[in-house]
Amino acid sequence: MPSLPPIRPEDEVRARERRGTGAFDAPAADEPDLSLFEYALRLGDDSLILGQRLAEWTGHAPSVEVDLSLANMALDLVGQATHFLNYAGAVEGRGRDGDQLAFHRDVLDFRNCLLVEQPNGDFAQTMARQFLFSTWQKMLFDHLTRSKDEMVAAVAAKAVKEVSYHEELSAEWVIRLGDGTEESRQRMQDGFDWNWRFVPELFDMDELAREAAMRGIGADLTILRDVYHAKVRSVVEEATLVLPSDQRPILGGRRGHHSEHLGHLLCVMQFLPRTYPDATW
Amino acid sequence: MYTTELQKTKAVDAIEDPEKLAAFEARVAADDFIEPKDWMPEAYRRTLTRQISQHAHSEIVGMLPEGNWIGRAPSLRRKAILLAKVQDEAGHGLYLYSAAETLGTSRGQMIEALHSGKAKYSTIFNYPTVTWADIGAIGWLVDGAAIMNQVPLQRTSYGPYARAMVRVCKEESFHQRQGYEIMMHLCQGTSEQKRMAQDALNRWWWPSLMMFGPPDENSPNTAQSLRWRIKRETNDELRQKFVDITVPQAEAIGLSVPDPALHWNESKGGYDFGEIDWEEFYAVVRGEGPVAKERMKARRDAWEKNAWVREAADAYAAKKAQKKQAA
Repeated sequence: MPSLPPIRPEDEVRARERRGTGAFDAPAADEPDLSLFEYALRLGDDSLILGQRLAEWTGHAPSVEVDLSLANMALDLVGQATHFLNYAGAVEGRGRDGDQLAFHRDVLDFRNCLLVEQPNGDFAQTMARQFLFSTWQKMLFDHLTRSKDEMVAAVAAKAVKEVSYHEELSAEWVIRLGDGTEESRQRMQDGFDWNWRFVPELFDMDELAREAAMRGIGADLTILRDVYHAKVRSVVEEATLVLPSDQRPILGGRRGHHSEHLGHLLCVMQFLPRTYPDATW
Repeated sequence: MYTTELQKTKAVDAIEDPEKLAAFEARVAADDFIEPKDWMPEAYRRTLTRQISQHAHSEIVGMLPEGNWIGRAPSLRRKAILLAKVQDEAGHGLYLYSAAETLGTSRGQMIEALHSGKAKYSTIFNYPTVTWADIGAIGWLVDGAAIMNQVPLQRTSYGPYARAMVRVCKEESFHQRQGYEIMMHLCQGTSEQKRMAQDALNRWWWPSLMMFGPPDENSPNTAQSLRWRIKRETNDELRQKFVDITVPQAEAIGLSVPDPALHWNESKGGYDFGEIDWEEFYAVVRGEGPVAKERMKARRDAWEKNAWVREAADAYAAKKAQKKQAA
């Protein structure tokens, strides 16, 4: 056995001072990083489901300009979903790509938050959902641009510009409709009443979220909560609306326990690949 | 998308100043562009307003048959492409409404005319999209026919329309290729996919030929429109070009064109093809197309059920302006 250098007192000091990263028994390089897979699914599914919802407006919006802006947001979101889901598939290492993940999972395996699967309702309800989600997504992506996972950081860096526009556009509509006519104000208020109960889920730090944050891949959502609420409150006040009172949080989306709406959305979205499983398109 | 001229108005009764008219005709004959503030005969203004607004309406109504499949597009890539394509149509509608507005009719008036059934839009959009292959067929045939019509319009005599066409044509040529690519893919796929593709061609072929409008002998305004360079080629010339280009494309992917009379005519250097069912065309023009009611209902609903959004936006803008004035 070769002689080893002794561990000196100064090494011990250095060791005490260093609070290192990493873990014992970390997954070996060839084992799939399942928590990264799940984390990427969450990001991808949020964008996919909201993109699918917004696209339902195409051809039916209040004006041509609004039609263009809704389709534009849907297109951004489908693009983000494509990146995140392809990445999730690659991380998982079982040969599934973004299309496999989008079109061949059932409700229990979808990881999006409940907010994005909510029905469009009227234009005010759509804008309330968009504003509550995009404000959160913008803050999250800002954070994720510094993710230790290069791919997550790269997609977030591209998407944060898009999402920042979604936040701005939806905030403007919230204000315009809230402070517009009596009717639009009531509809906008109803839109918030419908969607507000799904906001706590956005900040829920379950085990996976905590792990992702600890590894520097994901964000610690608890530190974003206050700023989020302040932002939302200021827009809602300018819109002359009132925030609904808080209720017992409804969680579950991140674990595959969804609302009744998601199944119907998937029926539409997945119909072709499921009816013709041998076909490519 | 593009619409050919439908719903001709009666002969112009106004008598124009002969000197101005002669100067106008000379400019047009010299391939000069006419701009919004230039003098123009009333009939020219009316014909163009009708043609451009029909074209705009066709873009907007044309979003519906394709929008029908965005939610069911079979891959993420197809979904993104289709969304982008339908968004392009909305953009075309927007520039065309703007181009038509330069002739003195507001967008609101044009939309009202569409919803009341007074204004027309291309007959092709009154047919349903029942399978995914219809999205391929629309891109390939309908946008293909649109390009035939629109390329010459880049040199149409009215400046704003001609300029809008330059951009529209670039996008349409992408649309046509994406449609053909969908068909090509289906034709290389499973037997079910091939069946879908052939069925779509069977249903869309004749309506696509009708898009070029009635035959020349039955198109009384063509001569005037050609003289004023509003139109640059006749309906039949464009239809023939379309057939000559499209038939080999169908053959290349193994599809057969549903016309037993179709054959190559060596002496004319083009295809001879069967008789178009003009009764069907006129029925669709009258508003009897298979999904005409659905299309109009969707457009009216989008407009009327969301009127409160536009009213709110106006009310908010007025409040803002008032506050600004008070400050």
